[in-house]
Amino acid sequence: MTTYSDPYASSRETTEGTVFSVTGGDWDSLVSEIGESKEERIIVNMGPQHPSTHGVLRLALELEGETVTEVRTGIGYLHTGIEKNIEFRNWTQAVTFATRMDYLAPIFNETAYCLAVEKLLGITHDVPERASVIRVMMMELNRISSHMVALGTGALELGAMGPMFFAFRDREIVLDTFEEITGLRMNMAYVRPGGVSQDLPAGMTVKIRDVVKTLRKNFEDNAKLLIGNTIWMKRTEGIGYLDLAGCTTLGITGPVLRSAGLPWDLRKMQPYCGYENYEFEVITADTADVYGRFLVRMAELEQSLRIIEQAADKLDKLEGQPVMVADKKIAWPAQLALGADGLGNSLEHIREIMGTSMESLIHHFKLVTEGFRVPAGQAYAAVESPRGELAAHVVSDGGTRPYRVHFREPSFNNLQSTSAMSEGGMVADIIGAVASIDPVMGGVDR
Amino acid sequence: MSEDQKGMFGAAGTGDTSGYGGLVRTAASTGSTERPYGGYFDDVADDLERAYPDFADAITRVVVDRGELTLHIKKSRLLEVAFILRDKLKFEMCMGVSGVHYPDRAGAELVALYPLLSLTKNQRVRLEVATSELDPHIPSLVEVWAGNNWHERESFDMFGIIFDGHPGLTRILMPDDWNGHPQRKDYPLGGIAVEYKGATTPAPSNRRSYR
Repeated sequence: MTTYSDPYASSRETTEGTVFSVTGGDWDSLVSEIGESKEERIIVNMGPQHPSTHGVLRLALELEGETVTEVRTGIGYLHTGIEKNIEFRNWTQAVTFATRMDYLAPIFNETAYCLAVEKLLGITHDVPERASVIRVMMMELNRISSHMVALGTGALELGAMGPMFFAFRDREIVLDTFEEITGLRMNMAYVRPGGVSQDLPAGMTVKIRDVVKTLRKNFEDNAKLLIGNTIWMKRTEGIGYLDLAGCTTLGITGPVLRSAGLPWDLRKMQPYCGYENYEFEVITADTADVYGRFLVRMAELEQSLRIIEQAADKLDKLEGQPVMVADKKIAWPAQLALGADGLGNSLEHIREIMGTSMESLIHHFKLVTEGFRVPAGQAYAAVESPRGELAAHVVSDGGTRPYRVHFREPSFNNLQSTSAMSEGGMVADIIGAVASIDPVMGGVDR
Repeated sequence: MSEDQKGMFGAAGTGDTSGYGGLVRTAASTGSTERPYGGYFDDVADDLERAYPDFADAITRVVVDRGELTLHIKKSRLLEVAFILRDKLKFEMCMGVSGVHYPDRAGAELVALYPLLSLTKNQRVRLEVATSELDPHIPSLVEVWAGNNWHERESFDMFGIIFDGHPGLTRILMPDDWNGHPQRKDYPLGGIAVEYKGATTPAPSNRRSYR
């Protein structure tokens, strides 16, 4: 074996065989050296720092020529111990952790957790309607921004740059809306046990309708670019095939399951937050491949817009209604307000607790420092996140902190299907298969 | 002055004037729920009893709480019950495994929970299996629902539950050479005290708390 000093492609001998480290640049020497080798079987380590693996995902690929014979998935690079940390915070603070798991779908994380806590508290039906409608509207906006990343980065990873620009342009519009409503673009901790942290700003429904109008027009750009595009079809049709039987045994939900033809959507099947009061369709495809999943996501955008429009109408009717449960032992004592230095207690509330009411001060202090107690027991609440069933399993021992919170993350579960989708195919198609699962590593690793 | 008065403000007990001290901390129920369970839960229990003759022996408790049905199953019978639930009762999907550590429950410290979902009947059931810390073995359900593979690895990683029959039970989130199982209750959260402008804030697990 020849020795050389290519700064981008060095090699060393190990007991397992020759190991090449390639970091980009000129790969000619690597290619010629592998060409000299008699070994047919090559193991390629892809990631965790690789632009096409959709985050810090590591794939160990066993190749024969360009055919993938085995795929192993390595995760855990983004493990932050969110579930453990939550056990050391009170029930309200936990939202701030949960929102950071799947960072593309923060509202879904918050809602799943809050629905489970509300179930434990037995206040599911006491959550005001306005709060539920706001949750629905925020979730559907979030679904759009999440699908935008799935489509944009998915296309980028397969070599199409244009769709990414359009997708991120549209995602920005949604994130700006989030910022206006919650004060933050991501990780907002906006949904709280019992409702939402604050009401919409004045005149928000008018803006939401404008946003819907803009997005509906903008979505045509990507549709024109990709649907029926010959190159796109060749990269996605028949790729990453996973049929219904594969989906059920692997516990796959969301667009991947719907691309296999089953119209399973928790919003329709097991409605929460009042989804039964909205008109929308469950989108399916029958191809069970990457193209089918792409079409499902594209069509879901329009359904989300329909739901947002209906939510805006409902919000106009519910103007002035509360957005937090009436029970003062659970509801955050102050109505938050957006000041010059960010979101905080409203000045009116500060004036009350500091100037006029000792009892309000005590109440505020106890609820903020100690929090509320949740009756002992366990509950499981699931929502249809952009990636499938996102569920929170919450256990209480009757204290002011969660005893155990487990999140059933659709990304974590669905990523298992990488091997089933990719083995036997071409190495370039792994990228398409992984992108069509749309895993978010923050959610996978938690 | 009455002799009963205690403390500076005459408060008995905790001195809590906010009313919070009056809140009772409830304990989880330990008994079985009596029939009727309500909703489709009776049908599920009936169907399972019909399809599985050893029902009374394998299922130790049936709990209906907060609109959810939980079947407590002896771990030696878990695999049988799982196959029957999948094949006869059409619970095609298992949504994973959630471990819980109860250090106070002698002999049943580690608990694995399996939320099952039936796409055909649009129903949910939860299986609960407990095992001892000293013998943390539970049969693996990967051969019933292949998707449990990573979930069981996660529960092994976090709680040290050993799933017998798992095709490759290795750590999944923590590094391979990690010591201990982070989500057990006796495993500290960690973190360091932070000093800022002369004041020190202890790590979250060392702070005073209202538990």
